[in-house]
Amino acid sequence: MAMQGVTIRDSATSMERRGNGRDGSERLAIGLGWFSIGLGVAELVAPRAVARGIGLREHATSRSLTRFCGLRELAAGVGILRERRPAAWVWSRVLGDVMDLALLGAGFAGRRTNRTRLAAATAAVAGVTIVDALCAQRLTALSRLSMQITAGGTLRVRRRITVNRPADALYRFWRDFSNAPRFMQRVDSVQTTGERRTHWRARGPAGINLEWDADVTEERPNELIAWRSLDTVPFQHSGVVRFEPAPAGRGTVVTVEMEYAPPGGGLTATAATLLGYAPEQQAQEDLRRFKQLMETGLVVLAQPTEASRRSLAAGGAR
Amino acid sequence: MKATCWMSKTDVQVRQVPDPQMLNERDAILRVTSTAICGSDLHLYNGFVPTMKSGDILGHEFMGEIVETGPAVSDLKTGDRVVVPFPISCGACAQCRRGLFSLCENTNPNAWMAEKLWGYSPAGIYGYSHMTGGYAGGQAEYVRVPFADVNPLKIPAGVPDEQVLFLSDILPTGYMGAEMCNIQPGDIIAVWGCGPVGQFAIKSAKVLGAERVIAIDRFPYRLRIARERAGATETINYEEIDLYDALKDLTGGRGPDACIDAVGLEAHLPGALGAYDRLKQATGLESDRPHALREAIMACRSGGTVSVIGVYGGFIDKFPIGSLMNRSITIRTGQCHVQRYMKPLLERIQKGEIDPTFIITHRLPLDDAPRGYEMFVNKEDDCLKVVLTP
Repeated sequence: MAMQGVTIRDSATSMERRGNGRDGSERLAIGLGWFSIGLGVAELVAPRAVARGIGLREHATSRSLTRFCGLRELAAGVGILRERRPAAWVWSRVLGDVMDLALLGAGFAGRRTNRTRLAAATAAVAGVTIVDALCAQRLTALSRLSMQITAGGTLRVRRRITVNRPADALYRFWRDFSNAPRFMQRVDSVQTTGERRTHWRARGPAGINLEWDADVTEERPNELIAWRSLDTVPFQHSGVVRFEPAPAGRGTVVTVEMEYAPPGGGLTATAATLLGYAPEQQAQEDLRRFKQLMETGLVVLAQPTEASRRSLAAGGAR
Repeated sequence: MKATCWMSKTDVQVRQVPDPQMLNERDAILRVTSTAICGSDLHLYNGFVPTMKSGDILGHEFMGEIVETGPAVSDLKTGDRVVVPFPISCGACAQCRRGLFSLCENTNPNAWMAEKLWGYSPAGIYGYSHMTGGYAGGQAEYVRVPFADVNPLKIPAGVPDEQVLFLSDILPTGYMGAEMCNIQPGDIIAVWGCGPVGQFAIKSAKVLGAERVIAIDRFPYRLRIARERAGATETINYEEIDLYDALKDLTGGRGPDACIDAVGLEAHLPGALGAYDRLKQATGLESDRPHALREAIMACRSGGTVSVIGVYGGFIDKFPIGSLMNRSITIRTGQCHVQRYMKPLLERIQKGEIDPTFIITHRLPLDDAPRGYEMFVNKEDDCLKVVLTP
């Protein structure tokens, strides 16, 4: 599975952006940059008009606050337009939006404010905040191998870990999908229902029970296993795990790449990640548990969990 | 059972808590017979280590008697006396196989927290915040010992607790600090900090053949112990004497061949620079106060080694990288790979080459742990090391 924007060849890896084309989120960032500059200039030169326009009573404090916000906007705008990777500056816009919302909120408490105008301004800033956050999230994902959101709206996750065991042992353990619940935290059970078919039960976000069937689409012993879900509910997804021997007996590099197509496409994916859903972190933790199992025979625990009590009662995790 | 719990900054209490449970087949449960307060516990006490939660059980220096073993622990049995090293190691990952036990890749279940702050995660540690695993510590009546088949060291009958308790951390840590100096005949070693680890670094430097060892501190009683018990040949009270001037004088104008930082993140410095670092630390602009490290680099002989065994947590500034780079200084550091040193150091103790009990100044029942922390942190009653007995 090729990662968007980054060229990976077999012989040498070039971690650079491919081509000169701009992603949609980058075009959006440029728009936000110019918007910042425009707003910043207005706030600096005509702070009274701006304050009046958003319904704030015009006085010395609101004037200097507005000017300060103007400076902030200018800095963000110039930053976005100058940098090749403007994600950090777009995130600074998100922070600025939050600051503006707080200031507007405080404005409601003041006397002699125009509440209708304040409400309209607050709604506008809230809308801009969402656009900024989505744009920043997409820009961040654009330069990351661990998680990307493609133009087509799929979520791509890629994680690697090095395990101090030969590839064949790792391949065998992974290929027996009934082992999955031991290291995939959200998976409750996997039943083999055909030669290449398995039935999965898992816990989704907010504890929703999820079930789906999956097929192995490709397998090369001790090298690679690829699979794909047959159901589009909860969402279509596919994955591949590769096992590559590290040089000089340094174990095996395990690479997992997963692709999810959430309902609603990229917007859902972006919103979910903004709300703290971190599929790349989940994959990382699952891989860590896989490594622990393969190297030590158990999943390392500091705090008791129900699963650990069960497994000990059933005679250990080995 | 009773356990020493971190409740909040500078609030430690001995409380009733549930007994530890076996969670894995490679676990053992230990009845603690002796435990100690470590200087690094004071960083937790003073609130400088993030990810502590109210109620966390403290303590990573402990020993005792095995009372229960998991089915996969074959070489230990109930009743065995063991010392437990503070880093928890799996014995199977690439780092453990290389002998870098405190860098075990598998034993920190909260590795992601450490990765956020440090890039990658080291091993899990008992009673030392959630960032290093959130494991319950050993300043308690009982403690769970994970990977009991690879970590604990069995202690022969007849060797008293106090002789071997410090194999759990500070003796190997001091020893590794001296070993990293790669001591050659004629070498002069300077040691910043004459707390327990500093004392053992001084002792170890002598054992490893240093010609002279210069001890640096600001408490006369600690400097006295360094001279009279650890074997320091010279001592400097940096609050009374200009440190660089003195070190230059004592080393024929060249600087110590190696410098050991046994101080870490709560270094003291009189004057404006010290006040400046305190202010930055208090306001979160830097997490650690690195005076000892700065001085060790600046004072070191060109081409010499700075060995850092004092604990640091986060970020520092005014780091003398120019001095380090232009003068070919080597920095060596790390949490001690205790498992590597326990057996050889036990042999040295049994032969009488090292008697680690000279640092003990206070023996208290576990119930008095809060008083022990208070005395240690305030250096009351010439406190150097507190041993607790459950």
